[in-house]
Amino acid sequence: MATQHSRSAAKLMNAPAVFLLLVWMLVPLCMTLYFSFLDYRPLRGVYEWADGFENYARFVSSSSFTDSVLTTLIMVGGILMITVIGGVLLALLLDQPIWGQGIVRILVIAPFFVMPTVSALVWKNMFMNPVNGLFAYLWKFFGATPIDWLSQAPIFSIVWIVSWQWLPFATLILLTAIQSLDSEQMEAAEMDGASALSRFAYITLPHLARAITVVVLIQTIFLLSIFAEIFVTTNGAFGTRTLTYLVYQRVLESQNIGLGSAGGIIAVILANIVAIFLMRIVGKNLDN
Amino acid sequence: MAREVSRRRKTVVTIIAWAIGLLIFFPILWTILTSFKTEAEAIADPPSLFFFDWTLENYEVVGERSNYGKFLWNSVILAVGSTIFGLMIAIPSAWSMAFQPGKRTKDVMMWMLSTKMMPAVGVLFPIYILARNTGLFDTHILLIVVLMLMNLPIIIWMLYTYFKEIPVDILEAARMDGASLKSEIIYVLTPMALPGIASTMLLNIILAWNEAFWTLNLTTINAAPLTAFIASYSSPEGLFYAKLSAASTMAIAPILIMGWFSQKQLVRGLTFGAVK
Repeated sequence: MATQHSRSAAKLMNAPAVFLLLVWMLVPLCMTLYFSFLDYRPLRGVYEWADGFENYARFVSSSSFTDSVLTTLIMVGGILMITVIGGVLLALLLDQPIWGQGIVRILVIAPFFVMPTVSALVWKNMFMNPVNGLFAYLWKFFGATPIDWLSQAPIFSIVWIVSWQWLPFATLILLTAIQSLDSEQMEAAEMDGASALSRFAYITLPHLARAITVVVLIQTIFLLSIFAEIFVTTNGAFGTRTLTYLVYQRVLESQNIGLGSAGGIIAVILANIVAIFLMRIVGKNLDN
Repeated sequence: MAREVSRRRKTVVTIIAWAIGLLIFFPILWTILTSFKTEAEAIADPPSLFFFDWTLENYEVVGERSNYGKFLWNSVILAVGSTIFGLMIAIPSAWSMAFQPGKRTKDVMMWMLSTKMMPAVGVLFPIYILARNTGLFDTHILLIVVLMLMNLPIIIWMLYTYFKEIPVDILEAARMDGASLKSEIIYVLTPMALPGIASTMLLNIILAWNEAFWTLNLTTINAAPLTAFIASYSSPEGLFYAKLSAASTMAIAPILIMGWFSQKQLVRGLTFGAVK
C-alpha cells in the first residue's frame, strides 16, 4: 500500500532520531576507547600513548577492580533477590480482592517516584543515623545499642535503600503479568482440588517466568550504574565502591583518564553481556 | 457459609495489604510529617508521629534561601525541555516505523534500544570534556540534550507500541478518500494518538526530573536541578532534618502526583512492551 513517495518520507521522518542516537553512541564511545590507550593525567600534565593494553592490564589487575566487581555483584544480586521475591509476594497480595485496592497500590508504588538523591539522604539521615535516626530510637527502645548502619553495614544499607526504590517497579510489572493470567485455568485447577501452593507453583509461577526475566534484566541494567545512592551516602567508602563508582573516581576525582577510560570500556562490555539477553527477549516479543 | 469465609478472608487480606502498603510508604510519610516539625521536634526522643506543633517555618526558610527557586526552575526547564525536544524527534520516528515499516525497521528499533543499555559511566569523560571545551558545561542546553538522548529510545519505543494499536483500516479508508499524508497525520492519526503521546510525555518528565548521574556530574550552579540541590544537603546541612524534609518534600511532590497518574503506562514504558 505504501507508495514510493510515502516510504521516502518515512525515512526522512526517522532520520533525526537515528542520526542523533548514532552520534550519541559512537562519538563518546570512540573517544573513551581512544583515551583508554593513553597515559592521560591532566593534573600532572601527562598526555602520551600508553604501552599497548597497559591501562587495561593495570585496571583489571588492581585489587580495587576485583573488590569493585565483587561489591557490584553482591549489591545487584542482593537487590534483585529482595525486589523479585518481594515483588512476587506483593503482586500476589495486591491481586487479591481487598478494600481500598487503588490506594494500597499507590502507597506501594510511591517510592519509585522519589528522586534517588532524596531517598538516599532521607534513609541516611532520618533512619540510619546512629544518633538521631529512627532506627536508633527503635534499637534503644528495645534496649539494644544503635547501629551506625552506613559504616557498620554499608553494603546492606545501600542494598536496602535501592531495594526500597525498585521494589515498586518489580511489583508493578509482576502485577500486570499476574492480571493477564487466564482465570478459567485457575478455576479449573481449583475445582480439580489443586491446593493454593500447587496452583502457585504450576500455574502462576510459570506464567510469571517471562515477566520475572524481564524484571531481572531491566533492573540489572539500571542497577549496574547505581550512582547517586552511593554518592550521597558513603561516597564509595567502607567497601561500597562498585565498578561504576570506581570508574567515576578514576576519571573525575583522581583524573587518571587513561586508566578510568579502560575501566569504562570494561563496564560497557560487562553491561552489554546482560543486554544481549534482554534484547533477545524483547526482540522475540516484537515478532508477535 | 462460603460467603462468610470469603468475607473474613477479604478482611484479613485487606489488613495485611494496608499494613505492608503503609510500611513501604512510611519513609515518604515520615519525611512529609517531619517537614512540618521544628528542628528540635524533628530529633525529639521519643519521636512523635502526629502530635507536635505543626509549623510551616521550614518551607519558609528553604523557600527563602535565594537559590531554591532557581534549582526548582532548573528542574522544570530540564524536565520539560528535554521532553518536548524528545517528542519532536521521537514522534516522527515512531510514526514512520509504526505505519511505514520497512525491512530493517525491527533492526533499527533493536539498535535504538541497545543505545539505552550503554552504562553512562563509559562515556562520562568524553561528554564531560566535550562540555568543558565547548563552554556548554553547566548550561541548560547541554543537560536538555543529554537527558533527551538518554530517554529517546524509551520514548520512541513507548510511542511505537501506542501507534501500533491504531487500526490501519482507518488509515486506508482515509487514503481512499484521497487524504494526503499531511492531512492523514493531522486529522486522523493525531487525535487517536494523543492519549499515548500524553502518557509518554508524563513518563519522560518523571525520568528526566529524577535523573541523577548526568545532572550531578555536568552541573555546578547555573543549570543544577533539584537532584543536585538535595545532594548538597549531604553534610552537614543534612542534619537539619526538618529543613531537609521540607526541601525533599518539595522536590518529590510534583513527581509523586504525576507518577500516580501514569502508573499503568510505566509498565509499558519501562519494559519496552515485553510485559503486557
